[in-house]
Amino acid sequence: MEKFLRSKSASFVLPFVATLALFILWELIVFIFKIPPFNLPAPSSIFRSMVEFAPQLLQNAGRTLWTTMVGFVLAIAVGVILGFMIGYSRLAYITLYPLLVAFNTIPKAAIVPLLAIWFGANAIPATLTAFLLAFFPIAVNVALGLDTVEPEMKDVLRSLGANQVEVFQKIGWPHTLPYIFASLKIAASFAFIGAVISESVASNAGLGYLIVQATADFNVPLAFAALLVLAAMGVLLYSAFAVVEKKVIYWAR
Amino acid sequence: MTQPITELDTSGLSGNTGEPLLEFDHVGLEYPFEGAMRTIIQDVTLSIQPGEFVSFVGPSGCGKTSILRMVSGLSPARIGEIRYRGQRINRPLKNVGIAFQNPVMLPWRNTLNNVLLPLEIVEPFKRDFSKQKARYIQMAQELLTTVRLQDFQKQYPWQLSGGMRQRASLCRALIHQPEILLLDEPFGALDAFTREEMWVMTQKLWMQAKCVGILITHDLREAVFLSDYVYVMSPRPSTIIHRVKIDLPRPRTLEMELTDEFNHYFSSIRQNIHHN
Repeated sequence: MEKFLRSKSASFVLPFVATLALFILWELIVFIFKIPPFNLPAPSSIFRSMVEFAPQLLQNAGRTLWTTMVGFVLAIAVGVILGFMIGYSRLAYITLYPLLVAFNTIPKAAIVPLLAIWFGANAIPATLTAFLLAFFPIAVNVALGLDTVEPEMKDVLRSLGANQVEVFQKIGWPHTLPYIFASLKIAASFAFIGAVISESVASNAGLGYLIVQATADFNVPLAFAALLVLAAMGVLLYSAFAVVEKKVIYWAR
Repeated sequence: MTQPITELDTSGLSGNTGEPLLEFDHVGLEYPFEGAMRTIIQDVTLSIQPGEFVSFVGPSGCGKTSILRMVSGLSPARIGEIRYRGQRINRPLKNVGIAFQNPVMLPWRNTLNNVLLPLEIVEPFKRDFSKQKARYIQMAQELLTTVRLQDFQKQYPWQLSGGMRQRASLCRALIHQPEILLLDEPFGALDAFTREEMWVMTQKLWMQAKCVGILITHDLREAVFLSDYVYVMSPRPSTIIHRVKIDLPRPRTLEMELTDEFNHYFSSIRQNIHHN
């Protein structure tokens, strides 16, 4: 048992077993307590709905994925630049950081209606919401990474006569990479949440939009099917970054 | 055998006719403390000849590490001055190698690439780093062999023991053939056996490199083993109260530690250390 827990396959097999167990338990509860599908559909009816509405699910999932990724890429660009400014410039830190924190405390769902007024009920508010939610953790982590370089490491380089650029190349950047990757995993989930929030408030497509439409039609199994697709996409997105992270920063432990 | 010379030294080194590599001229250090300036170091005057190995010993808090930072130019002296070949040191010198108590290897580089780091930064090595890389790798491998790390070139820092990391950091401090090797309690965190092993390797590396060695330590045996001169510092406000010339033949061996002569040096320094 010990040996299995430490094996690589365990980390794949056990989550599947847990998910399967959850579905079986869920199915049983729905069956035993005779819960109407209108309140809580059984997994079997969710899967049936998934097959039935596969084209819609696929199309809307594509839209959600697209807006999430565009927002996310924007967030990486802005987040990394902001992070560098805050991490390297005391002036930027003092001026910008309080603003960033204040901005980050605004619930982004509250901004979506405004975005919809400005840009209409389309993909733009979703992309922007994804971006707004995702850039903050990236900026903070980049700044944190730059700020936590050991002074002695810098001393080693400075005593060799290294200039600022070289200190950044040899130490600052590689030291910050693990922080960036840690933030990317979080930021990807955030971008995803942002896109779906926006879609459910003001959009013309996407999984969030589909869920709102489905519940309005009392098609609860379809809403659940969309939720499951969302969960699967979230897990895939996260693991994609985990894989890239392992490849790029193999040295970090 | 000659008696060890223990002399009071306030006027700098005399009797050595060569041009000194480093000169301390009434060097002091003050630090703000509870609203007032507190004197940490005052009036340190001495000079170090090319090829010498010197140690600074003294009670903790007497500013030993500050001396090293002033020599390296990382924190230049503000009171008095330190001169390198007659030039006042007021920014980081380029031809020093430093090893700290914490070996600070870059975790994303393996041992070999950690050792190669200075050659990517220091001229003239930097200029043709890519062309000469094969030769540089050979240089690094020779150093690593001296410290018996030849089989750990591809290992990452977290795969090495503390002593191995420190040996690698010594190699890194020496690969660019610095004129001055600065050692800031580099063996302080190691166990007694490893530490003694490190003395022997450090001596070997230093004798090969023919550079000036400056060691900060609180281990008096270490100071005696490695040094030509041991400078004893007083408690704060500290200054040099004794300079002890260690006249043991080189290369020194660990067996020498057991000789009367070695112990004589040790106890003469020990008597002069005053604790706060």
